[in-house]
Amino acid sequence: MTSDTQYRARDWSSHPPYLHPDYRSTGLRGPTRPLIPASQTLSELTGPVYGHESVSPLDHDLTRNARVNGEPLGERIIVSGRVVDEDDRPVPNTLVEVWQANAAGRYIHRNDQHDAPLDPNFRGSGRCVTDAEGRYRFLSVKPGAYPWGNHANAWRPNHIHFSLFGPSFVTRLVTQMYFPGDPLLALDPIYLGVPEEARERLVSRFSLDVTQPEFALGYEFDIVLRGPAATPPQE
Amino acid sequence: MTRKQTPSQTVGPYFAYGLTAEQYGYDFNSIAGAQLAVDAVEGERIRIVGQVFDGNGEPVDDAMIEIWQADAQGRYAHPADPRGSNAAFTGFGRAGTGTDPANRFIFETVKPGRVPAPDGGEQAPHINVIVFARGMLNHAFTRIYFSDEASANAADPLLALVPGDRRATLTADREETTAGIVYRFDIHLQGDRETVFFDI
Repeated sequence: MTSDTQYRARDWSSHPPYLHPDYRSTGLRGPTRPLIPASQTLSELTGPVYGHESVSPLDHDLTRNARVNGEPLGERIIVSGRVVDEDDRPVPNTLVEVWQANAAGRYIHRNDQHDAPLDPNFRGSGRCVTDAEGRYRFLSVKPGAYPWGNHANAWRPNHIHFSLFGPSFVTRLVTQMYFPGDPLLALDPIYLGVPEEARERLVSRFSLDVTQPEFALGYEFDIVLRGPAATPPQE
Repeated sequence: MTRKQTPSQTVGPYFAYGLTAEQYGYDFNSIAGAQLAVDAVEGERIRIVGQVFDGNGEPVDDAMIEIWQADAQGRYAHPADPRGSNAAFTGFGRAGTGTDPANRFIFETVKPGRVPAPDGGEQAPHINVIVFARGMLNHAFTRIYFSDEASANAADPLLALVPGDRRATLTADREETTAGIVYRFDIHLQGDRETVFFDI
């Protein structure tokens, strides 16, 4: 990557708007004024570098990275996929951070007051770094659904939070991965905030190839980050 | 172009035990925190202090702020900057607003030097900022400029794109205290003083 390579713009036909009234918290927190378009400088074409040295051997295995006196409860899952750019080129050596609720739908975060049990052997956070082909892989348990206060009888679908850097400051992405066939997706204003044609990109696919016999169900979830523009934009 | 971008989703209210675990006292090491100016880093020590305000003017207690900056010589610790940076400085910081009683973020860092501009000149010293929060379906990009760099700010190509009456939202005010140099930088998500956010 040379320092004058520009990245493609954020694709606003793929991302949700800042203000999405059905997701109530956006009402006071989404910026209301138009974003100011700016060209990418060295400040944006560089970005935090976290490679394999940032990761410990158990960081990717949420079924083992917080054990106290046994295994976490729940349905074991393997989540894997590729991090690529818009031209399907792999994004190697990039940090992927994840966090999620436990199998009962409870986060260990102190502010989570949902009346479901904590699991002493499950923290629910981890990280890994993509390999040369952009692949990542996590082991975990399937997160439970949980209620939230957005509207009457609101429940979040099962999901795993993902945070990625990519090669530069502008490729940063925080998102959520969902599970196929979840009936709560059709009712979730966070998921539904995404333009309809882009929503399915947030839903993982069940994969028998990723599934490990006698051990864990497999889900595939590819993540597409902003890629280099083919030619530098004309000023 | 064969694949489309994965949509953004909110960081939600419960990111802390994943992304800022050490700051919040969870048993998981953090890749980055609010202390960028470790001993071996050269440059003028500064503290960046601010709050994130919602549309009612209330401080947001579950935002996460990330900063990315050049070292004191204006060099980034990244392969796209062939000059490299002074070795101990990663240039990246991350802080949640949920542990300070006033919901402030407080970064201990060094004042960045001037960075090359695409036109061959130099940009004014600045820190690149990303704002995440529950209720924000996309993160927001902004920049911190410095109040004591008036002449450099006046010539900065990116600030020139910002309407004059909104530039102040990007300028941190310098204060020399007994505890050192403090720059105050508040982020207003909405309202009369809504911070300028960039589409970059």
